[in-house]
This record gives sequence, C-alpha cells and structure tokens, in this order.
Amino acid sequence: MNKTIKLKIDGKVIPAEEGQTIVQAAHSNGIYIPTLCNFEGAKPKGCCRMCTIKINNRYMTACTTPAADGMEVENNTAEINDIRKSIIELLFVSGNHFCPSCEKSGNCELQALAYRYEMMVPRFPYTFPQKGVDAKSPKIVKDQNRCISCKRCIKTIEDEQGRKYFAFKDRGYKLEVVIDEEMAKTMTDEIAQLAMDNCPVGSILKKEIGYNEPIGTRKYDKKPIGSEFEV
Amino acid sequence: MAKKVIATTSLAGCFGCHMSILDIDERILDLIELVEFNKSPIDDIKTFTKRVDIGIIEGGCCNSENVEVLKYFRDNCDILISLGECAIMGGLPALRNGIPIEECLQEAYLDGPTVKLNTKKILPNDAELPQLLDNVYPCHEVVKIDYFLPGCPPRADLIWDALVALITGSEMDLPYEVVKFD
Repeated sequence: MNKTIKLKIDGKVIPAEEGQTIVQAAHSNGIYIPTLCNFEGAKPKGCCRMCTIKINNRYMTACTTPAADGMEVENNTAEINDIRKSIIELLFVSGNHFCPSCEKSGNCELQALAYRYEMMVPRFPYTFPQKGVDAKSPKIVKDQNRCISCKRCIKTIEDEQGRKYFAFKDRGYKLEVVIDEEMAKTMTDEIAQLAMDNCPVGSILKKEIGYNEPIGTRKYDKKPIGSEFEV
Repeated sequence: MAKKVIATTSLAGCFGCHMSILDIDERILDLIELVEFNKSPIDDIKTFTKRVDIGIIEGGCCNSENVEVLKYFRDNCDILISLGECAIMGGLPALRNGIPIEECLQEAYLDGPTVKLNTKKILPNDAELPQLLDNVYPCHEVVKIDYFLPGCPPRADLIWDALVALITGSEMDLPYEVVKFD
C-alpha cells in the first residue's frame, strides 16, 4: 500500500494515498471537484479546466496534479466557482447547445454543471458556429455542434485489438473529433452504447433511441452532478 | 399597495412559455390580487396604456417586428425578463443561424418535402411582412434584459417564485429541480 499523506482542501484536512491526484483524493473524502474531460480509468489530460483549483496562489488542474503532503488547496470558493462557471458559459457559447432539442438533455454533464453553478445566461455572446452532423455510421450519430473536444471517446472507445474508433482531425478552431468510417461499419451495439455513455454531452448518440427517458427520471433531474461524492 | 403592472409578449416563440405562466394553476387567483396585466396576449391589450413594472419576453428576435416590439417593451417597462430558452439563446428558431436566409426560404416554400400547394413557386414577398433578420438573436443581444428564467418551458414554479420575489421585494431561492434548460 502507498504511503498516506495529508492535504488541506478549503481548510479541511483529508488523508490521501501518495500517487493519487487531487480529484481522486477529494472525491474519496466526500469533497466534490467538478470534472468534465476527466474520465475514470483514462489518463487525465487537464484540457477542459473545469477542475481548476488554487494552490499557493496558482491556478492548477486538480485532475492532473498529484496530491502532496501539506498541500493547501482552494476549491469551493467564490473566485474558483466563478472561474468554473465562466468555463461552462464559454463552452455553451462556443458550440450549438440547444438543450430542448437534444436527446442527451437531463443526462448531459455539461448541462448538469450549468445547473450546479446556476448558469442562467452566458455572460459571453453566442457564436453559433457552423458545424456538421455525421450520420453515416450505422450505429451512431456524431453531432459536431455539441462536441466539446474533451477526448473522452478517443481515450476510451476501442475495439478488442485496441484500435480507436475516434480521432482528432485538423487543429485549432477547426479541430473536430471524427469517426473512423471503416471501423464504424462493424461497431457493435455495446460499443455504440458505451460511446454514447462516455460522451459527456450529446455529441455521440446511439441511433434509434431518441428520447427514451421521461423528464423527471433522468440522471440530473433531481440531484446535482457531484452530489454522489459529497457527504 | 398599488398593484404592480405586468406586460407579456411572445416574439419568435411558440407560446409554450405563456402556457407555463398559466400552469401556475389556482395561484393565478393570487396573482391577479397582486398584479394587473397591461399589453399582453392574455388580455389582448395591443398597446401600452401606462408605465409597466415587469415585462416578460418569450422568444428571441427573428425578424424586424420582433426587434420593434422588444424595443417598445424596453421603453415602457422598468424590468424586463427573458422567459425561456428562445428569449435567452434563440432556442429552436436559432437552429437556422449559419444557414443563409435564401436557402431557408427555398427549403420552406419551394423545395421542402411537404411543399405541395405553392405551384407558382412564390416566396413570401408582401411589403406588409416583417423582414427576416440574418440570424435569430437572443433578446439580451438587442436590448438590456434584467433577469433570465431558463427552461423549455420554464417551470411554472420558477415563474411564480420569480414574480412573487419581484413583486414583494423578497429574495428568491432557486430549488435545484426548477431551473432546467428543457
């Protein structure tokens, strides 16, 4: 077993195992740090910045920073929460997130974070970028309007030989997550479901499902995201 | 205490948000004790007859008439509320943003699979018709909006709580279940 260390989050001392990230340490001690691109079991990338925290007056990502002995972390403060809220707002205005017409609504992590941080309206102007929808694959639809380029599908969706179904294409503002068309032809129902479940937004949808859960019974209808971690 | 005056309108919306206002059920009897309605589709008053305390806007701006009505509301109301997703971010009408208007009209009136009766191939061109805007705009990108109530439609409880808070000057608590985007 790894050595146990102690760190402080918002003044509360919590134990952690050496080698754990701050997110892992916080979540196993009943403290929620919001994440979006981070996915359990996949290597953290720290690209969405949702888990921004403050250590020694510096902003860090809690999903990539290892917990260290004596560390003092600012997490649930007005300043940090406003930074997180602004990140959510930026994601909303930089894509086309039409919640009322999205099948993932109610089960969407981006939407759930907006609920948790009480986003009523983004402070930034909407950009309404022109993006496409790829419905050529037999099992799934890839809607670029909703993609937040978190890379979770690229990291976690593979076939039995370890070949990836998704990949990045282009760079900068043109960056898109695309499907390998050849591999998509043989995609199983299980993989398609997993791809949909691992997508935090409604960018990857399994075909022929639609709105199958009534309002009121969906994942984030009654309880805020992160409440499963909090004591 | 004088009754507060409320006005409502539906711009590029579907009247779902107005339905949700009516969805406060029997509390509507309490509401009419607290407020009187001025310009609104509910009482069919067409022009403002006095200064209004709270203006409620449903729908975004998709044409010149929407912009005109919205500015008319801003001039005549002390507080403006964007009610629902369309007013806040354009909503479903904004799905056309990014598509040239000509293409939209072409699809709607000439090429669409359900177009059967337009044998003369006419696009709407009457001078009386409002001009379509290049995009559908959220209300707060056209005039200053004071409050935002999201939802499609916003839950009746959210509308009720917001109106009571505004009318009585009390603080509003936002239960998790009532603030939703769908």
